[in-house]
Order: sequence, then structure tokens, then C-alpha cells
Amino acid sequence: MARQVDVLVAGGGNAALCAAIAARRAGASVLVLEAAPRFYRGGNTRHTRNMRCAHDSATAWLTGPYTEDEFWADLLQVTKGQTDEQLARMMIDQSKPMLDWIQQQGVRFQPSLGGTLSLGRTNSFFLGGGRAMLYALYRTAAKLGVQVEYEAEVVDVDIVDDRMRSATVRRADGTTESIAAKAFVAASGGFEANLDWLKEAWGPPADNFLIRGSPYNRGSLLKVLLDKGVAATGDARQCHAVAIDARAPKFDGGIITRLDCVVFGIVVNKRARRFYDEGEDFWPKRYAIWGRLVADQPDQAAWVVFDARSLSLFMPSLYPPISAPTIPELAGRLGLDPAALAATVEQFNAACVPGAFDHTVLDDCHTAGIEPAKSHWARPIVEAPFHAYPLRPGITFTYLGVKVDRQARMRMAAGGRAENLFAAGEIMAGNVLGQGYAAGIGMTIGAVFGKIAGEGAAAHAAR
Amino acid sequence: MLPDESLREAERLMTVCNSCRYCEGLCAVFPAMEMRRVFAEGDLDHLANLCHSCGACHDDCQFAPPHEFAVNVPLALARVRRDSWERHAWPSALAGLFRRSPVAMAVGLSVAVGAFLLAMAGWNDAGVLFTRQAGPGAFYRLLPHDALAVLFGGAFLYAALALTIAARRFTRSVDAQMPLRADARSIVRGLRDAATLKYLDGGGVGCVDTAEEPADRRRLFHHLAFYGFLLCFAATAVATLYHYLLGREAPYPWYDVPVLLGSLGGAGLIIGPLGLMRGRRQRRAELKDESQSGMDNAFSLLLVLVSVTGLALLLARATALMGVLLAIHLGVVFTLFAMLPYSRFVHGIYRVYALVRHAREMHELG
Repeated sequence: MARQVDVLVAGGGNAALCAAIAARRAGASVLVLEAAPRFYRGGNTRHTRNMRCAHDSATAWLTGPYTEDEFWADLLQVTKGQTDEQLARMMIDQSKPMLDWIQQQGVRFQPSLGGTLSLGRTNSFFLGGGRAMLYALYRTAAKLGVQVEYEAEVVDVDIVDDRMRSATVRRADGTTESIAAKAFVAASGGFEANLDWLKEAWGPPADNFLIRGSPYNRGSLLKVLLDKGVAATGDARQCHAVAIDARAPKFDGGIITRLDCVVFGIVVNKRARRFYDEGEDFWPKRYAIWGRLVADQPDQAAWVVFDARSLSLFMPSLYPPISAPTIPELAGRLGLDPAALAATVEQFNAACVPGAFDHTVLDDCHTAGIEPAKSHWARPIVEAPFHAYPLRPGITFTYLGVKVDRQARMRMAAGGRAENLFAAGEIMAGNVLGQGYAAGIGMTIGAVFGKIAGEGAAAHAAR
Repeated sequence: MLPDESLREAERLMTVCNSCRYCEGLCAVFPAMEMRRVFAEGDLDHLANLCHSCGACHDDCQFAPPHEFAVNVPLALARVRRDSWERHAWPSALAGLFRRSPVAMAVGLSVAVGAFLLAMAGWNDAGVLFTRQAGPGAFYRLLPHDALAVLFGGAFLYAALALTIAARRFTRSVDAQMPLRADARSIVRGLRDAATLKYLDGGGVGCVDTAEEPADRRRLFHHLAFYGFLLCFAATAVATLYHYLLGREAPYPWYDVPVLLGSLGGAGLIIGPLGLMRGRRQRRAELKDESQSGMDNAFSLLLVLVSVTGLALLLARATALMGVLLAIHLGVVFTLFAMLPYSRFVHGIYRVYALVRHAREMHELG
């Protein structure tokens, strides 16, 4: 006879664990199926470092209040209005008590990390980062009696009349098992590590994308759910993508391959031509558009070039810059046409209007008479040695997901709601984030909807 | 280019960690790292001696093995730490003692010195050696006070000199890149952080040993060992004052200050090092620098032996065994002194300096 549990949770990150803990605390028996091996458990949560929650006043780790209204205004701004207001406002309301609840599950916070001062008021940083957060959640789940299985990927869900009856799990050795459940929570992330799916959406350029997180976010469950009539939200091309070091590994390079130097130099494509205003705004407000900008260039490749004066103005990153005493020599090392790069740099230098350089404000160093312009921090690239970093688009996560209601219950494409299918985290983030991103919001979506989904699933199982 | 593999690996990891910084809140190592962009030998020595090897950053690291970045900070820093003790030891020729089967050497030297003292006592007065001795001056009827004072005073002074020179070498190396003068505030702060083992708790969660659950008792055992050591030192100091100021000769009655301090300290110095040895044995393999286990065990063993033989002497001093026990105890004590500058003992000195320097850096630059 098939194994049976009250609540079956697919996934192993923040959303999955919040759902599992909430369901278990509500009295349900809970089984968590994590596709990754133990070390890689937790999907993108491993690489996170903070969550954005509303709060009324400063705390030991937050420098000041962050009201629901301000949170909503920020969300509206980054999504350009592409959000489900009812869901988003509910999530923001719930984010406030979440700060306490998540600490009750053992998660600990600290003041914002060095180099992240701009988030010190709004975002609560996990002491030790995302993996430490996962440790706390897994420890709590284990104490409560939640069962967890690794290398257990949910590859099929039996849905009849909008109701889930059982799920099929595939293990590392290729064997499968059907597990019956009274309620199901899908918290298995996006499909950013599924190269075929990316290629389907993006065409050949997808071959040059790097995946910043776990290779286990393959979206198998997402595909099954969409195939079985669950309503979709967002489209497959929507993703969070930043420009990262092209030398990063194909998967799981994480935060340390990011580059914060774009605003200090010029960015050229393989024809050694500039293609966007590098100094449009402060980097924290612009870094998330550069993945797409680079993806639109030939071969999805670009290089940021700057001079000796800027080398220590940004956060260090994993790989050293490529350096040379002259621009043509640098071009040679980058595989670019030396004459073309020299011409681009020369033209840029000539267009720089002298000003008072200050990287802490939107300064008056800008260009005049070139396209594209550089609006701030435009200094002639003249002081040897010259440095460059190669760039590639790095996909953080995808937005295509399942549509949910306020109870985190999945909606069906044919109309109506699924009876006992819930979703939380990246797999439904598109409901709140139609586009754009604000730091730490993915964890808020995961925790808030995870808890709601877990409680809802437990309540359904108890009926 | 850094001169050896341990330093180069630590440099590689600090470049990785400096690009991530998630562990910033766990201990002193990462804030100290963030104040640097390049890592010279002295910087790495400093960071290595700030690390208490709790293991929290390893468990929290998304780039730990099997990830291809293979980040293992506690292990890399443990190797640099061990190397830093060797590199700065005086005289340099004896630095190899850190590695060469130290347990055998500790036992061998203890036996040799004990035998020598026994022979000396026998030559002095064979009749006294195996008969019951009691009352003030009983010890010195076996071994003349002046001979002991020269022998042990000499060993103590040698250890103090060697440790001072090593510490000087270490502080020079550490201060080379960023000279900073310690002030009263940083000294108080550094001593407090050392005395409380502030950073041996993984940022408050506790240290991890075998399982997912933090259950490491190293802080407790280290406190027992360290404060036991201090009590024993205090016992010796009080006894010295008794001898020279008050003219009161050892042995002292059980209720007198030196015996009380020594017994209490001795108990700590047995339980503490044994607990630490057990903790080291149980520690997860990926966090263990096996090349240090000989040195660590030799030091722990010497501390335990000093206490066990001392307490045995206390219990049996009214019997005919006293002479033999005294010789053995003194043999172990002599060995402890002689090996001090080439043992794990030095970590305390380097750590205190690193913590004081860190307090100063945080105040100045943090």
C-alpha cells in the first residue's frame, strides 16, 4: 500500500520549510521531498542573505522603521504596477509578524553586511547567510517531527477534479514511488537551471547564460502542474538576471561572481562599442537590468573597462581583473579589436565633461555629445594600468509560475481553485512580482506564502 | 607570491570570502578580513590567530566542498595558525618540535628528567628516598631547594625568553602591513574577548561537532583547562612567596592556600584537557587538521600528567612513595616548561595579541 501523509511538501528552501513547519505546528504529519542532495538543499535560499519585512521601529539589526505603505510604494515602483495588489498588500501586511515568527523558528538576524548599507533599514540580514537560515529551519523542522528526504524529486502529481491525490517521487537511483497525501504544497522553485526550457524561451542566446544558483532548480514540478491544468502567471522569458563575471561556473557561482564596477567605467560589446548608459543611477538600483542588456548583445558577451583610479572603489569579487598597461594591449587580452576599443575609449574620454567625482552621490561627471551618454561618474579612462572584467548574463531566478489566491491555493486554468494544492516561493513569485525585483523580497514571498500554504494545507488535511 | 601552500590557500579563500561576507556576524575573522583587500603573510597570521575554529562559517558556507570553490576556512586557517607558531618560534631550529612525534617526546623527556631527579635524590641520600618524610622541608631533604630552584628557575626563564622572542616576531609580522599601537581600551577588550572565548560559539548558535545540532563543549573544557592552569600558577606563586617572604617551607597542610589552589586548578587541568582531547577526536574530519593532533595531544597530555602526578603526590606525600612521586611530578613539570615555547601553549599568546589588535582595528577603521 502506498505511503500516506497529511501534507506533502515539494522543495527544500525557505518556502518549503516554512510551509512544513507551519503545517506540522498545526498538527499535520508532514513529508518534505527535496530534489537536491543534502549539501545543495534549499535551492536559492542557500544564496540569499536577507528578507524584506515591514516593521514599525528600529531593532537591534534594522536602522529604522519601514512601513507597509513604503513597502507597497517600493513594490509598485520596481514592478511598474505589474503586481496583484490584493495579494501583494496581504503579503506586506503579513511580513510584519513574519519577522517574529521566523525568529521563533530559530532564524537569527544581524545588522546589514559591509557594503550593503543601503539596505540597513529595510532588510533583515540572516546571521551567517542563507545557509545558516536553512540550518535553523531544518533543525526546527526535525525537532517538530517533520520528515525530510533528499534527492527525492517530485516528477508527477495525480490531479483529479482539481484535487490532488498522490505524487510520484523519483530518487537518485532512478526508482519511483507514489505517495498519497491529503494536501500538497509546491515550493520547488523556478526552472532557471533547466537549460532546455531556457532555450525554448530565449532561443540560442540561452546557451551563453550562466545560472547563479543551484543546478537542481529544474522546474520539473512546475511543468507538471502547468500541463495538468493549473493556471500560469508570467511568461517564460521573465527572469531576474544580472551581469556577472563571464569566468563564473555554469551553475551555483552565487553572489561572489557579481561585479559592482559598471558605474566606474564603460561597458563594451564584442565590437568594442558601448551600448547603454553605465552611470544612469546608483548601482543597487540598476544592477538588475544589466543581465538583460548583456543578453541582447552579440554572443551575450560584454566587457567593463576602467582605469587604475577606480580599482578599489567597489566590492571585491572572486576573479581578478584582466589588466594591461595600454588600452590596445588590454583589448588584445580580452579578444577585442585593439583599434576599435582604443577608438571607443578615446571618443568616450573626449566626451567627458570635467566635474567633481563623487561615487557616493549622483555627481556631475557626465558626458556630452556621445550616444549612449554616461550620466554620472564619467571620468576619462586614462590612468594605467587599465583593467577589465568580462561579463555574461547570470540568471538568478525565473518568474513563470502558478497562479495562487490569498490562501496560496493554486488557481486552475479552466477557472476555479484547486481544492488541496498550494504553492509558495519562487514557483508563485510571479503573482506578486510581474517584473523587476527589490532585494530580499523573494524571501518574504517564500516565508509569508509558505506559512499560509502550510497552515492551509494542514487545515485541509484535518477536515 | 606567498611562500607556502597554506598561506596561498588562505589567501585564495579570503578573496572568496571578501566577495561574499555572509559570515561577517559570526566572529572576528571576517570583519578583520573586510578591512583588507590584499592579504600578506602577516595579515593571514593575524586572521588565522583570530579564528577559534568553531566551524560555524564552514556549515554556513554555500561554497564549501563539494562545491567547486572548495571553501573550508576553519581548516585553512588552522594550518596557517600552526605554521605561524612554527615560523616565529625561537630558536628557529627547534620549530620542528611542533611536528616531530611530540607525545613520545613529552613522555620521554618527563621520564628522563624524573629519573635524573631520582638519581640525584638517591645520590644525595639513598636512605631518605624510600622512607616516610613529613613536616616542613620534607621535599628538600630529598632534593635540595637550591638545586631545584636553579633547575626549574632556569627552565622557566628559558621558556619565558623563548616565548617573548617568538611573540615579538609574531607581532612584527602581523603589524607589518598596518602598524597600529594598542591602547588601554583595546587591551581590556582583547583580554576580555580572550578570557571569555567570545568567538568560540559560532556567533551565538554554538559550535558544531559531529551532528547538525551544535553540541560542542569546547568552551567549557577550555575554561576548565585555562583557569585550572592559572590556579596552579597562582598556587606556585603563593608558595614562592611563603618560602622567601615568610620562610615557610613546602609541603603545606591540605587547607593552606597553595594546596587548595593547586588542587582546584589540578582538577580543572585534568577534566579540561581530557574534554578537549575527546572533543578533538570526535570533531568532523573535514574540520580537523590532522597534522596538529600530535602537538595538541602532547600538550593536553602534559597538562593532565602534571595535575595527576601533582594530586598523587598530595595524596601520598605522607607515605614512603613520596620520593618517587615527587621525582616524577617534577620531571613532568620540567618537561612542560621546556616544551612550552614549542607547544600549543603559544596559541594563547598569539590569540590575545590578535584580539587586542582586532579591537584596535575595529575602533580605528571599523
